[in-house]
Amino acid sequence: MGGSYAIIALGYTIIYNGTNIINFAQGEFVMLGGLFMVTLTGKFGLSIFPAFLIAVAATALVGLLVERLAIHPLRNADVMSVIIVTIGMSILLRGIAMLVWGKDAYAAQHFSGDKPIEILGATILPQSFWVIGIMILVVVALQVFYRFTITGKAMLACAVNKTAARLMGVNVENMLMLSFVLSGALGAVAGIIIAPITLAKYDAGVMLGLKGFCACILGGLGSGTGAVVGGLLLGVIESLGAGLISSGYKDAIAFLILLIALFLRPQGLLPLKEMMMRQESH
Amino acid sequence: MLRVRSIKVNYGAIRALKGVSFHVKEGEIVTLIGANGAGKSTILNTVSGLLRPVSGEILLKDSPIHKLSPAQIVKLGVSQTPEGRQVFSTLSVRDNLILGAYPRRKQSDKSEIRKDVEEVEKLFPILKERNKQAAGTLSGGEQQMLAIARSLMARPKILLLDEPTMGVAPIMVAEILRTVKKLRDGGMTVVLIEQNAHAALSVADRGYVLETGRVVLDGTVEELLENKEVKRAYLGKGYQEVWE
Repeated sequence: MGGSYAIIALGYTIIYNGTNIINFAQGEFVMLGGLFMVTLTGKFGLSIFPAFLIAVAATALVGLLVERLAIHPLRNADVMSVIIVTIGMSILLRGIAMLVWGKDAYAAQHFSGDKPIEILGATILPQSFWVIGIMILVVVALQVFYRFTITGKAMLACAVNKTAARLMGVNVENMLMLSFVLSGALGAVAGIIIAPITLAKYDAGVMLGLKGFCACILGGLGSGTGAVVGGLLLGVIESLGAGLISSGYKDAIAFLILLIALFLRPQGLLPLKEMMMRQESH
Repeated sequence: MLRVRSIKVNYGAIRALKGVSFHVKEGEIVTLIGANGAGKSTILNTVSGLLRPVSGEILLKDSPIHKLSPAQIVKLGVSQTPEGRQVFSTLSVRDNLILGAYPRRKQSDKSEIRKDVEEVEKLFPILKERNKQAAGTLSGGEQQMLAIARSLMARPKILLLDEPTMGVAPIMVAEILRTVKKLRDGGMTVVLIEQNAHAALSVADRGYVLETGRVVLDGTVEELLENKEVKRAYLGKGYQEVWE
């Protein structure tokens, strides 16, 4: 589970870094990824790999539409109103998904069978390995993108200083679109890989989105490494709690962690921003 | 090379520029001096395309650029080093330089960009020494050098410098001004904005004096240095000294 939380958290991070917005429709990207996958493999009978690619692309397109229709028209509004619009967007997407797919929960196909594997006395679903593997792949790909490509660097530059980025000839608008596309794609990836474990449903995005947000806060909003660490940590604590106390409290435990993090480390909320401001004041 | 014709620019509800005209010839350093709020930065931001003039026109080699986007204007060879440096503080010094080459990322291959990085590092050796450090950890003067170097990475024909000596230690000021001269000697055209009229007039060829959105005076540096009003208001000579 932690692996997919980490990917969801990375989706938040990308948009937050580009725009200072917390995109509360992130969970809906996850839900859409899962449902697209179910339809593509089920109704259209595609095999896993092409269905994966199409589902990711379709969700990325939804991300683009969200940016164009909801975020772009508000480019001069303050951050808080835009965040509220993303909440509206998430309700809208959930509504559309309910109309299209109904209220049923769908079981997605496991990537490589659902026979549990036994390792050192623990039984693990093969899908869990896919989750971890794909998470590692995503993290590495993002690192390469940000460190070694000029587009990735330009995206970081937009986050640090929009005016200077404009003066360097960076088209900030395109970068925003790109960040939503990327984040939509990441959400979809997370949704697809956990759909076999958790079932895909029109409102699955609410809980997953909030968990991803928890992971972000836990790791420090705006930090990619933080998102991954926070995601994994949350996954582990959650399962530990479910095992030791009761699986009924699984979600409660996640939100308890969120509250504790907010109470004890409120400064951990925006460590990146603080760092930047401290540097600028020098 | 650059001709600005009676531009009027609004800044929010305020008319920041009330019809400003000036021109810059190839290979000269032209300075715009004036107090805070005279509209100096507004002029540069309009030339760079960040602001749109309400009326008037800006010509680069006789073709209008005032309707183009900032990205298009940089591509045409007009590069601004903004006021307050505005380096990408969390990125490394090297990455800042590489981003300077963003406008020509499609034309130039990596080895060409690397060569240019070496070139600007020769101009500012300190940047090579610190190439892995986060830009935000540099001193004010070093950040200013980085900001100028970053602008140069776009291979501009005209460099717009907005207050490059502001908040910079005196030794660094001298070095920055020397570099500006060196660039001009290498064929660069420079528009230099300064509140520090001393510094500006010591390197420029011609100058314009701005007051509340208007050009009130222009001439060669020698003429400006002789002007009583300039001496009094901008060079801080005593009232008596000037009028005696």
